[in-house]
Amino acid sequence: MSDILVKIDGKDVEAREGMTILEAAQSAGISIPTLCHHEKLEPFGGCRLCIVKVQVGDWSKHVVSCVYTVEEDLIVTTRSEKIDQIRKMILELQLAHAPDSPELLAFAEEYGADKDRFEKEASFCIHCGLCVRYCDEVKKKNAVGFVDRGIRKEISFIPEVAARECWNCKECFELCPTEALQAAYVLAESLISATPSFKSEK
Amino acid sequence: MTRINSPAELEKVRKGILSNRDPKKPCITLCSGSACQATGSGEVAASLEAEIEKQGLGDKVAIRKTGCHGFCERGPIIVNHPAESAYFQIAPEDAPEIVAGAVKDDAVVERLLYTDPDTKEKITYESEIPFYKHQQRLVFGSNGSIDPKSIDDYLAIGGYAALEKALFQMNPDQVLEEVTKSNLRGRGGGGFPAGRKWAESRNAPGDEKYVIVNADEGDPGAYMDRSLLEGNPHSVLEGLMIGAFAIGCREGYIYVRQEYPLAVENLTTAIQQAEEYGFLGKNILGSGFDFSIIVHRGAGAFVCGESSALMTALEGRAGEPRPKYVHTAIKGVWDNPSVLNNVETWANVPLIINKGADWFTQIGTERSKGTKIFSLVGKITNTGLVEVPMGMTLRDIIFKIGGGIPGGKKFKAVQTGGPSGGCIPENLLDLEVGFDELTKAGSMMGSGGMIVMDEDTCMVDVARYFIDFLTDESCGKCVPCREGLRQMLKVLTRITEGKGSDGDIELLEELSVVAKEASLCALGTSAPNPFLSTVRYFRDEYEAHIKEQRCPALSCKELITYHIDPDKCQACMICFRKCPVEAVDGAKKKIHVIDQEKCTKCGTCFEVCPSRFSAVQKISGEPLPPPIPEEKRTITRKSKAK
Repeated sequence: MSDILVKIDGKDVEAREGMTILEAAQSAGISIPTLCHHEKLEPFGGCRLCIVKVQVGDWSKHVVSCVYTVEEDLIVTTRSEKIDQIRKMILELQLAHAPDSPELLAFAEEYGADKDRFEKEASFCIHCGLCVRYCDEVKKKNAVGFVDRGIRKEISFIPEVAARECWNCKECFELCPTEALQAAYVLAESLISATPSFKSEK
Repeated sequence: MTRINSPAELEKVRKGILSNRDPKKPCITLCSGSACQATGSGEVAASLEAEIEKQGLGDKVAIRKTGCHGFCERGPIIVNHPAESAYFQIAPEDAPEIVAGAVKDDAVVERLLYTDPDTKEKITYESEIPFYKHQQRLVFGSNGSIDPKSIDDYLAIGGYAALEKALFQMNPDQVLEEVTKSNLRGRGGGGFPAGRKWAESRNAPGDEKYVIVNADEGDPGAYMDRSLLEGNPHSVLEGLMIGAFAIGCREGYIYVRQEYPLAVENLTTAIQQAEEYGFLGKNILGSGFDFSIIVHRGAGAFVCGESSALMTALEGRAGEPRPKYVHTAIKGVWDNPSVLNNVETWANVPLIINKGADWFTQIGTERSKGTKIFSLVGKITNTGLVEVPMGMTLRDIIFKIGGGIPGGKKFKAVQTGGPSGGCIPENLLDLEVGFDELTKAGSMMGSGGMIVMDEDTCMVDVARYFIDFLTDESCGKCVPCREGLRQMLKVLTRITEGKGSDGDIELLEELSVVAKEASLCALGTSAPNPFLSTVRYFRDEYEAHIKEQRCPALSCKELITYHIDPDKCQACMICFRKCPVEAVDGAKKKIHVIDQEKCTKCGTCFEVCPSRFSAVQKISGEPLPPPIPEEKRTITRKSKAK
């Protein structure tokens, strides 16, 4: 694989072909905030927090760095007023669901996000999909998945699979950026519904 | 049906079909599209058939059930051939006269003809009716003359001649060049040049490549793709075949909404007939080109109209857009190069190949060539599908073709481009329709929805309605769209309920910027348009809601009060009787009064109050007039005073 030279925040960075901007930046010690990224998983591009500006010649665009791959002569800006404004809003939107998430609060501090800007809808889940994708891509069990769409979308354990696979795993709990309890709760609920004696009571 | 193995055989079959048809034989064509079926064209067809039988004209008069004629407001529609007289709003009882008239050279059933609303004169021919006169029906025109279930009908009007030309007189490069030269732009949304997309796929590495028809028409109020698929499915298939030949594909998909059963039925029949004749399958017409088409039914998600979401759904997974910055033309279905075009785009292709790019580029504007089908709906006299050359003004479409606003109301705005399009105000009515022109005005071409709104429409509520639709249809994958829309909907709802506060407009603007810049797919990046375009042109309405708790259009329920003007009320008892919650107090000769505690603001009293009285009023943003004293409520006293 050949090396590609890109400029990130004014710094020359050598990246391998196929690398994402996020990976290239990380390799050069430049930090870009992420919520849904995990090095073992395929890029998801859901949280959009890692948004950066890319420029080639006269052309420029805002892209998410976890998906966009490096190309020759690319100039990347990871912080600007606009970028910070977008990140701040993304954090504020997420904090309405998970106001106590340490990870979110740390970013909120950095970007001046107001955790109380939007009315609270504490669902804990911020739909980063880490649990869903980890279970699928790494564990290959698909015990947890997304159900429904849009604002009704939520994570759900599949009772039949979860009853068989989850007791001895629970590796997704610590991936959860908001509240591991959320995952535990959803899991417990699905396990109960998989147990025939409880089913009738639900 | 025999398989056709060469161009010569095709011409022989075509001649055979034509020689078996007597152009002078009376034929009653009846619109049988979904819209006309809803207004009873099925029953009309049955009674026509029974009547032909009864009058013993079985061998003298033919009946043909065609696709949509476009003038849905006046359906079911009949056009007699060869006389070409057109009848509208046909009921089964009209059958005897229609059938009897069909066999006579000059017999026209006067009362079924179209009456010009201005001159009150009867108009005999479709082509002379204002609704049709100003249209240029190139893509849609054959709908009215062919039976979509008959491939022979399509062959009789020259169908599959473009495919034959492409396969035998051109090579793939020449086909591609012709389409590129025509500057045909995608009719489904973004207006991306079809030729460029095709070339991208053709030049992309890979042996397996696909062509796909996007028939996931999900915009509220839009149904042009449905009508094309229902009325002239072969034109879409032919376009797809030509595209496949140019790009180098052996397989094509038609992704069609589950909600379009008739379109699926007619498509399936069309594909089967095309296979039997050898327009599909191996060695098409003996050319060596192999191609087959699979119909895939969508599961009912608006977001699947987005190209990468549609392809993900085609693969059998949940229809969510892909985050990757790679064109689907290069990596689409199963990561293979895939060209996705909308129904109408594909249907334009045979025309371009038959008549040439030079002919096509004469129609339209500098950057938007050809015609566009619009679905003209809302507060408009002539609801229906209209096909006009690009560059026609909105004013001409709405007033010349559409017949203006019914009920003497004033035009307020036209919403174009589907839910993520925008509202265009009256002072821009002379805008010439085209991809770039509409985008510049803050709206878009989209797939061609055109919803006309009159003075009674609240623009804040319109924005709320479309944002609500998009919130429901967002896939929920990315934050700016899912969470941004959730908050936008909350704020807009608050404003329409009179609970808005200073800073709401700015908050909506901020959320819009984030959705536009940071969303994953086009649904999210265009989702703020309903808000942005209405706040751009109707900011005063937003401010009236927020600052004065007033809805200028008198439409937002929470902000209006119904009131009976005591000077106008004639105590006719109509609203008293019709009120579903008994909120109207009154009696004979006793001026009616609305009990505001009981009133649910359903508007029934307003609607039923005779227009000669117009006593029921809607009040917004101002206090209710003081109640009329009991002793002054008797009408006799009032008339004595006068």
